[in-house]
Amino acid sequence: MFIDPHAHMISRTTDDYEAMAAAGVVALIEPAFWVGQPRTFVGTYVDYLSTIVGWERFRAGQFGIRHYCTVGLNSKEANNEELAEGVMEWLPRFALKEGVVAIGEIGYDEQTPLEDKYFRLQLELSKELNLPVMVHTPHRDKKRGTSRSMDVCEEMGVDPSMVIIDHNNEETVAETLQRGYWAGFSIYPSTKMGNARMVEILKQYGSERIIVDSACDWGISDPLGVAKTAELALKSGISEETVRRVCYQNALDAYGQSGQMKEEDWLTPPAIDQRTVYEGNSILRGGRDPLISVPGEERKANLIIE
Amino acid sequence: MTETPKTLLHRWVSAQSGDQADWLAEQLETLAAGGPERTLYIFLGFAPRKLGKADLFLTEADKAAAEAAHPGWRPEGWSVDGAARVLGLLTYKSDRAFVDVFKDLRRTSDLGEMIALYRGLPLYPDPESLFFEVGEGLRSNLKPVFEAIAHNNPFPRDRMDEHRWNHMILKALFVDSQLSPIVGLKDRANPELARILIDYANERWAAGRPVTEELWIPVRPFADHPEIAPLLATATAEGRLTKEVLS
Ligand SMILES: [Zn+2]
Repeated sequence: MFIDPHAHMISRTTDDYEAMAAAGVVALIEPAFWVGQPRTFVGTYVDYLSTIVGWERFRAGQFGIRHYCTVGLNSKEANNEELAEGVMEWLPRFALKEGVVAIGEIGYDEQTPLEDKYFRLQLELSKELNLPVMVHTPHRDKKRGTSRSMDVCEEMGVDPSMVIIDHNNEETVAETLQRGYWAGFSIYPSTKMGNARMVEILKQYGSERIIVDSACDWGISDPLGVAKTAELALKSGISEETVRRVCYQNALDAYGQSGQMKEEDWLTPPAIDQRTVYEGNSILRGGRDPLISVPGEERKANLIIE
Repeated sequence: MTETPKTLLHRWVSAQSGDQADWLAEQLETLAAGGPERTLYIFLGFAPRKLGKADLFLTEADKAAAEAAHPGWRPEGWSVDGAARVLGLLTYKSDRAFVDVFKDLRRTSDLGEMIALYRGLPLYPDPESLFFEVGEGLRSNLKPVFEAIAHNNPFPRDRMDEHRWNHMILKALFVDSQLSPIVGLKDRANPELARILIDYANERWAAGRPVTEELWIPVRPFADHPEIAPLLATATAEGRLTKEVLS
């Protein structure tokens, strides 16, 4: 069983869902982020949040995957002040929805004053609602941006155990762990982590507070990032227990602090959910062995469309 | 004394509220007093966290009481949190029109909330004002939301015009939803619907797909209707339909 605690499924296809379910992903978290281009109306942002708390959750359930999400104003769009003000007004209405496991992804992009302002306001909101925080660390000036994100969390009085610092790499992991935060790693080709490098990090740092995710989105990325990393780690001699923790348990412990994500959700779901939003997972029903296949591969092999 | 839907919901939810009974009572009192809408959002958000999502436990007497309180209302299959949400909405005293409050709730709702909001339809004030909202729910691709309106809910039977009703039945078939839980499936049968359904069956047969037996429930009353009988005769002659299915 795997959890992918960072996956933008709104940009992914049904093939991806099928492949993830077949590979053993039982639950995933969809962080609110930007959609590849800036939104220019508050209303489109509101509808986006509504999509990830409702429609996408339903879509995932049809493939036997439990869907959770985080809500927040991302750092890029924090720079549009008019939009940002509007989103901040609506955000509290979404933060208590079912399956919302954190405020996120929030943090810095270009480290501007507006980014700083809305990062702090949302940290305040997370404290008020007792929700974990998912922090997106910047691609540029990463090391300093990551340190600064943690400085601000501490300044705002947010407990590091409630914060997942995501998109770590070799340069940022030591400080993130040493300061008591959860350290997320996005297995994302070219710009973030590769899974062979991830295996080296596991060898060096072990499994405590380390979380692997795919961060798959609208760019070239891989929804099987977690499953493939698990397989590679096992082949490289990493223990099953370590793999279980970084590809499943730690994400559950970190985001479970919201009270909105429990193992029972997929192992023994409530009857009402089974009748409406969650079809059940065929791997959990004892069906097949987890299978890593390229999304769409099986479909291409089958010529007949019924 | 006949109980109202609100008093019934209150009784059922209270009975299953366990150690949250005081919280529930206090919240309902606050909602009844009116005040900022935020109180309502927070109550709706906390309902599943405080009360859980177990099925509503209903006896035969409870089901009969529901029917007496509002004919056609079938709360079987409701969950405690869903019932509490409808109860909260019925209890909240607002300065705004009900439909405006409903619309804001609907467009920011999560899945469980949206299902609950639509299941409560027959119990709300000013039913005519809710037609647009009902249309949005029926057009949804969220099958459980569609079914919250279409199944075990007398609102469509009691309030919808023939066009909307017919399209709801047709959509139910398209999304593989059952027809038998639709309240008033026989009462609201009409020749236009029978024609649409036979067309639909012909399309399915042409594509080599099966046709659900349930489809014939609203067709049967018009089997001898001058515009319907010839269509059925053709299907029977082509061997696609048997007389038994229609009897
Ligand atoms: Zn992301």
